[in-house]
Amino acid sequence: MSNAPVDNGRRRFLTIATSVVGGVGAAGAAVPFIASWNPSERAKSAGAPVEVDISKLEPGQLIRVEWRGKPVWVINRTPKMLEQMKAHEGQLRDPASEEPQQPESSTNEYRSQRPEIFVAVGICTHLGCSPSFLQGGFGEKVEGTDDGFFCPCHGSKFDMAGRVFQSVPAPLNLEIPPYTFLDDTTILVGEEKGAA
Amino acid sequence: MMKKLIIGLFALLPTLTMAAGPSVPLMDANIDLKDNASLQRGAKLFMNYCLGCHQMQYQRYERTFRDIGIPTEIGQEQLIFDGSKVGSHIKNAIAKDDAAKWFGAAPPDLTLVARVRGTDWIYTYLKSFYKDESRPFGVNNIVFPSVGMPHVLQELQGLPTPITEEVEEHGHTVTKVVGTETDGTGEMSDDEYDRAARDLTNFLAYVGEPSRLESEALGLKVIGFLVILFILAFMLKKEYWRDVH
Amino acid sequence: MFGKIIGWIDDRIPMTRVWNMHIAQYPAPKNFNFWYFFGSLAMLVLVNQIVTGIWLTMNFVPSAEGAFASVEYIMRDVEYGWLLRYLHSTGASAFFIVVYLHMFRGMIYGSYQKPRELLWLFGMFIFLALMAEAFMGYLLPWGQMSFWGAQVIISLFGAIPVIGDDLTLWIRGDYVISGATLNRFFALHVIALPLVIVILVFLHIVALHEVGSNNPDGVEIKRKKGSVAEEDKPKFKFHEYYTNKKDIVDAIPFHPYYTVKDIVGVVGFLILFCWVVFFMPAMNGFFLEAPNFEAANPLKTPEHIFPVWYFTPFYAILRAIPDKLIGVIAMGASIVVLALLPWIDRGSVRSIRYRCGLHKLNIAQFVVTFVILGWVGATPQTDFKTLLSQITTVTYFMFFVLLFVYSKNEKTKPLPTRLTK
Repeated sequence: MSNAPVDNGRRRFLTIATSVVGGVGAAGAAVPFIASWNPSERAKSAGAPVEVDISKLEPGQLIRVEWRGKPVWVINRTPKMLEQMKAHEGQLRDPASEEPQQPESSTNEYRSQRPEIFVAVGICTHLGCSPSFLQGGFGEKVEGTDDGFFCPCHGSKFDMAGRVFQSVPAPLNLEIPPYTFLDDTTILVGEEKGAA
Repeated sequence: MMKKLIIGLFALLPTLTMAAGPSVPLMDANIDLKDNASLQRGAKLFMNYCLGCHQMQYQRYERTFRDIGIPTEIGQEQLIFDGSKVGSHIKNAIAKDDAAKWFGAAPPDLTLVARVRGTDWIYTYLKSFYKDESRPFGVNNIVFPSVGMPHVLQELQGLPTPITEEVEEHGHTVTKVVGTETDGTGEMSDDEYDRAARDLTNFLAYVGEPSRLESEALGLKVIGFLVILFILAFMLKKEYWRDVH
Repeated sequence: MFGKIIGWIDDRIPMTRVWNMHIAQYPAPKNFNFWYFFGSLAMLVLVNQIVTGIWLTMNFVPSAEGAFASVEYIMRDVEYGWLLRYLHSTGASAFFIVVYLHMFRGMIYGSYQKPRELLWLFGMFIFLALMAEAFMGYLLPWGQMSFWGAQVIISLFGAIPVIGDDLTLWIRGDYVISGATLNRFFALHVIALPLVIVILVFLHIVALHEVGSNNPDGVEIKRKKGSVAEEDKPKFKFHEYYTNKKDIVDAIPFHPYYTVKDIVGVVGFLILFCWVVFFMPAMNGFFLEAPNFEAANPLKTPEHIFPVWYFTPFYAILRAIPDKLIGVIAMGASIVVLALLPWIDRGSVRSIRYRCGLHKLNIAQFVVTFVILGWVGATPQTDFKTLLSQITTVTYFMFFVLLFVYSKNEKTKPLPTRLTK
């Protein structure tokens, strides 16, 4: 055993330096483990935008497509539907779509890029059930409005722009996904091309 | 002494060859995974000549395009022939049972062929087809005798003729094919075909282990970091052990 | 504040006491050398295997239909999946390298001798559990070598008279290796055996700390109470659990001296380990065998079947003997005989440093034997290699026979009274 005095300064410096560098290493080693929880290539591929052909979509008709495991509705709204939507605005929670439930391009009175074609994620904003499309049978829920959506789980009601009515459990309007008209009869759901 | 002996013996382990070694000497594939132009040419060859029968069922187009520097749109237009989505696996439409009927055995998936066979083997294989009328497809292969596959690159290479040699084997004299000679009917010169075979091998090597380049780049950083940590830890140890010595 | 929290915990669980008893005031011989890194390295690799293993199960599909594809999914589609997989596959081989060197350390310094017999036995049980763990893990990627390697090894049980055939059927749960086999191996590999290994490692360390570490001189640092002069005692504070019973010489506290030393060993090891992981994970077919990149095919046997390198010494003993049953017995005996070392070695001097020349030669020939067996077991058989494996099988067992004979009245060098260096 040597009798040389212990150099505490050097010892403390080396301890701290090794701990800090070692800590950085441990944090770096954690990166692959954390990153591996991100969506894999398979999940990304399965969640890729979906093309929808609407050439055969008749007025008043609704079709469902799957995008990222969720039902997306595409509806060809009739002039009557668009007309009746204006009548009940006083009974809605968020008639002007102030909540960020839609992309910029759909923040308008129809909540859509083109008035007649309505695209929405068909999942109730309350607890995630998929509402039913009551075509012509919505009048008994809301007077003066023939068509709308009714959630069978807890009775939430939405109009033909997916806007939620007052005094139902759902807090927000239905979500509008990003989408693009590739041409007049094809919609790409999941990606808004040309959007800022 | 003992310590050095053991370390020496362990260091020797990887240099021993695992298998008995092929009976035919293999040519050196000499590939370069960093050569994107070569990989792109290889991908094009694969999609045009191989994918008809052989799939890469674990590899996706999109990832491949990204890794070897092909823009997605261009890849979709020029390298996906069956209208598959860019995110899908590189597959073909032939049914396994049909294929097995046509070729005697279903054409193997080629995602991992470079890891199973090695790149030198693939390169040699691509260059070792020769004319053999006795075979169903009229060709045979030096490194894969009685191969059940036609020479799909024949329009590029032409149909090579075998070079034979008389060899003594177990007391008998046998005629052995030891090389091939091109007949000049292909679109490519010998040098061009060598390059095509190398490009295709390169591409198969990439698909066998798409993480190779990423791994080596990351590995250098990790080891550099560990060396710094090692120096610090060593100084720390020396400092503390002054108490003991 | 910090002290208060510690005090609050210490009133409820013995945190500080355990820290002092087993780390900060644990007396370790001051002369540990290079060979003493491998215990802590084995622990490091165990942690690596458990953590990367947990992460691999997150994406692995344990079925005959899905296993191979899910491994490729991990290698290609999962972010950093390739790294997690290579850490695990390289870790398996690293585990055996480290454990073999750790066992060899025990052999050359006589660490199995009285009073460390139980410590050695726990270690041997860890080794056995590790072999089972590695064997079952190797089936999971469901490649050709996975399938046929398991086929061969499970068939070994068929050599057992009377019950052999029923036993192999029972282990497989099918007439060939199948999804049923894969699923039970998966369960054992990810839950049962890791649990067993962790418990055994705990017992191994409990046993170690009870009897204290051996050292390269093989001279005890714990002396009879009252036999050591005050000026010969180390200046460090050791836990009274140790000093009450014995006087201690030439010891230093495990922390900080061996913690800082082990960090150097760990980082040095990681440099080599990462070099393999990032640059040559297949290690020329030793760590990942080429045929295993082809999905399992029950109708097509690969040209050459070998176990992974860490089993090949024992596999070579099996192949050396032309009779199946005797071969299996010999292979089993080659492992059992290692466990019996504490009773085979009848000497009283532990370290190779002070033992007779014959012992040094015997250990050297054992090392050469082990390496030759490993090489023969990993390469295709030829007449020459069969003969070589038969010779080395004899020399393998000869090591133990000779040791038993010469250790009784061995001519040893005088032991130092204190640790050297």
